[in-house]
Amino acid sequence: MKWGVLVFPGSNDDQDASWALSEVLGQEAVALWHKEPDLKGVDAIVVPGGFSYGDYLRCGAMARFSPVMQSVRSFADAGGPVVGICNGFQILCEAGLLPGALVRNRSLRFISERVKVRVENADTAFTRRCRSGEVLDIPIKHGEGCYFADEQTLDDLEARGQVLFRYVDASGEPTPEANPNGSLRSIAGVMNVRGNVFGLMPHPEHDVEAMTGGEDGRKLFRSLIDSFEQRSAATAPRSSAAEGRP
Amino acid sequence: MARQRAVSAETAAEHGLSAEEWQKINTILGRVPTLEELGVFSAMWSEHCSYKSSRAHLRSLPTTGSHVIQGPGENAGAVDIGDGLAAVFKIESHNHPSFIEPYQGAATGVGGILRDVFTMGARPIASLNSLRFGAIDHPSTSRLLQGVVAGIGGYGNSVGVATVGGETYFDAGYNQNILVNAFTLGLVRHDRIFRAAASGVGNPVMYVGSRTGRDGIHGASMASAEFDQDSDEKRPTVQVGDPFTEKLLLEACLELMESDCLVAIQDMGAAGLTSSSVEMAGRGGLGIEIDLDCVPQREQGMTAYDILLSESQERMLLVAKAGREDDVKRIFDKWDLQAAVIGRVTDDGLFRARWHGEEVTRIPVEPVSTQAPLYRRHAEEPKHLNELQELSIASIPEPSDYNAVLLQLLASPNLCSKRWVYRQYDSRVRGHTVVGPGSDAAVLRIKGSRKGLAITVDCNSRYCLLDPYVGAVIAVCEAARNLVVSGARPVGISDCLNFGNPEKAEVMWQFQQAIAGIRDACLALSIPVVSGNVSFYNETEGRSIPPTPTIAMVGVLDDVSRCLAQGLRRAGDVIVLAGRTREELGGSEYLATIHGTVRGAPPWIDLGFEKALQAFVRAAAEEGWLRSAHDVSEGGMAVALAECTLASPERLGARVDLEQGMRADVLLYGESQSRIVLTLDRQGWPRLRDRATRDGIPVEIIGEVGGARFEIGDWIDLAVEDLVAAWEGALERALRVVA
Repeated sequence: MKWGVLVFPGSNDDQDASWALSEVLGQEAVALWHKEPDLKGVDAIVVPGGFSYGDYLRCGAMARFSPVMQSVRSFADAGGPVVGICNGFQILCEAGLLPGALVRNRSLRFISERVKVRVENADTAFTRRCRSGEVLDIPIKHGEGCYFADEQTLDDLEARGQVLFRYVDASGEPTPEANPNGSLRSIAGVMNVRGNVFGLMPHPEHDVEAMTGGEDGRKLFRSLIDSFEQRSAATAPRSSAAEGRP
Repeated sequence: MARQRAVSAETAAEHGLSAEEWQKINTILGRVPTLEELGVFSAMWSEHCSYKSSRAHLRSLPTTGSHVIQGPGENAGAVDIGDGLAAVFKIESHNHPSFIEPYQGAATGVGGILRDVFTMGARPIASLNSLRFGAIDHPSTSRLLQGVVAGIGGYGNSVGVATVGGETYFDAGYNQNILVNAFTLGLVRHDRIFRAAASGVGNPVMYVGSRTGRDGIHGASMASAEFDQDSDEKRPTVQVGDPFTEKLLLEACLELMESDCLVAIQDMGAAGLTSSSVEMAGRGGLGIEIDLDCVPQREQGMTAYDILLSESQERMLLVAKAGREDDVKRIFDKWDLQAAVIGRVTDDGLFRARWHGEEVTRIPVEPVSTQAPLYRRHAEEPKHLNELQELSIASIPEPSDYNAVLLQLLASPNLCSKRWVYRQYDSRVRGHTVVGPGSDAAVLRIKGSRKGLAITVDCNSRYCLLDPYVGAVIAVCEAARNLVVSGARPVGISDCLNFGNPEKAEVMWQFQQAIAGIRDACLALSIPVVSGNVSFYNETEGRSIPPTPTIAMVGVLDDVSRCLAQGLRRAGDVIVLAGRTREELGGSEYLATIHGTVRGAPPWIDLGFEKALQAFVRAAAEEGWLRSAHDVSEGGMAVALAECTLASPERLGARVDLEQGMRADVLLYGESQSRIVLTLDRQGWPRLRDRATRDGIPVEIIGEVGGARFEIGDWIDLAVEDLVAAWEGALERALRVVA
């Protein structure tokens, strides 16, 4: 599977995402420079963490206008899988590819630590390697990770199973104390209606090796790889003929 | 010269130059300097840039070794770590600006040290910081701490370099002069190290990065004077950081270094364009001419003087190969940065700057460094020091409740959890961090290799106040011990020497004693000093800080998967003490926190024994015999053991018995040096003991890991959760901030 990792001038976690995909998970990963609209024929896109264009204005506010993001929008519109991590999540919200917004942490401070998140919906291309209700241990690091949307949007997200992760305590309960940044309804990650665009504040790319902290993050990348392989198998000429699928 | 301005001895005095220095400038030039030239000399001959009070003493430090690639004198030091790789590192102070404006002062301190490292061609992979504030209940402390921590995080997080550890101390001696020392380490292939010596007459001199503004003019001179009541007025001398531009500059410079267009490069740090030009020309034995009109400027109406002395951040000066200017510009253009040709390398040995077609400086480069003032200032042992070193243990009342004492120590500002601080730092970006903040040392892996690096920063300034020689010896030994308990072999030091006003004999004595201590410890342990920084004038209204020679140390692990940390790992493991406990309490955290007194002699240290102990523990770690290891330092045995429980992933308790023979408080809280607490599987004890016997290291089993209680002898019996409750959140409670 060929992955594209966007690189804005202020991207910081792009190297980590590429490392996780290529060195740890054995995938092909290419960098997609922000000034280039060419997506190089990738099968999935990661919008990585960092500070895209410095983010002195509002996180992701400028990145949404970059040449590469115009292509990412078309890619997503065509059903291509897109994962936004941290700053990537902020950019996808700014670009309107995901609902809601990320505002400053309740404490007004940057927070870097490991947290627990509960998988709210395991029946998606991004979470199929997890069990619903499973608690993952995964790092966060952000100053503006407080998820915000109006009540109606939040209700819709919940009703359609678009909330994929929630911050929880060790016993799996979304308590106020376990919510690091004040996110409404403890939301840590959401998906679009179509199910091909996913944004999350936790960093799965920083959680793929035991030596540097843990391996729970692998499950997210593996889920998408599984989905892709299944779809490829289904659409390969021979199998599609045999199974009669388009 | 085109224009002569009214420059006199008085103007020189206003620039902080002495009458003698003024005379020297006139002699070097053979005439009265222009105002611009005076500005150049005052910056270059400031204490900050010229090391005029410290140079003579710094020469005594050991700076060589078979693996030293670059010692002091460049932007940063470099040490061979094998596999064709070098670790490039340096620590630097940003004390004065951080006190005046904590957020920007600390932020630009991080920016400056990052540039020092990537100027050498190294990709920065990790930063540390050593922070010292006044008493926790001093009215300024909370504000300064919050500003400094936010500034370090705001800059480092944005640039994308992990902040992986450090130290945070509180002491009333820093009430009016906080210390912010920033350390960065980078990696580079040996054959890609860049240096800052100009060469090739006719090669273009290029300016890259941010435009020049009026910020930070004379910052170097500001950092070379004491504070007084009007220090707030010095805020305009503090620079403003832009981490996004730094990130662009970092990536663009590293990309440029991969090309073959570059001859030399230097950060525009203290004294900006002036020092970078003069130093690059000086190192190459050549001259540089620049046209100040070509310097990208942020605002209109700037003068030649402003441009020469501005300390605007995120700028680099480089010498490119003639004819490759456009290739350089193309790389910077990719990163949306400006690159401008502003001059060229000459063979006349002069630093010449033109402004509006007129020459405003014409300074022979060589004498600026070779004839720079060099002072062997008078040194004298502080009066009353002998008195301060006296301590009768019998006069210290013995506590009745040792549980309460331990909890009080664990909640004290210097020993409590610093999670509130490091939670604000991205400690994992770029994926090197194996052991992050909150441990004896941070451990980093090297991608594509089995090797790792351990880094730490240490100094107990209370010991240094009581005896700067012994305090400095201990600072080096403790840093090395912190690396050894992580499983690493120390390979190099960067020192940050923070002192008061060197024109005072007592401060100079402290400085000389500390240098001697560092030297002796480095020689004994065979660790060279490869870079460093001196910060004098940490003094306000005549009151100097405690002498603070901060030691940053780097070590190598041949197999990073064998690295150790302090946390207890498995119930049933035996707890072993390696080293001896002496009957001493001088300078201890216990005396300061529980009895409110700082006195006595610092702990005894025997360098020969220290070396043997470290070799023994390192060998045991490399053999894979140990499950955890922790250095015994501030707070003594009881606190060290509690820290092993607090750092334990499962919060395992311990049952410990200490051999008596001295007062319980001395046994529990004395800070005898050269002691390390180890845990290992009981079956491994005989071979460890045999090895220790062979190496002449006293070892004994003092307890066992396990349970939910923390017990020492008949004195301490606490639930692990009580330790946690005292230690966690104590800093937030003391500062009255929310987590």
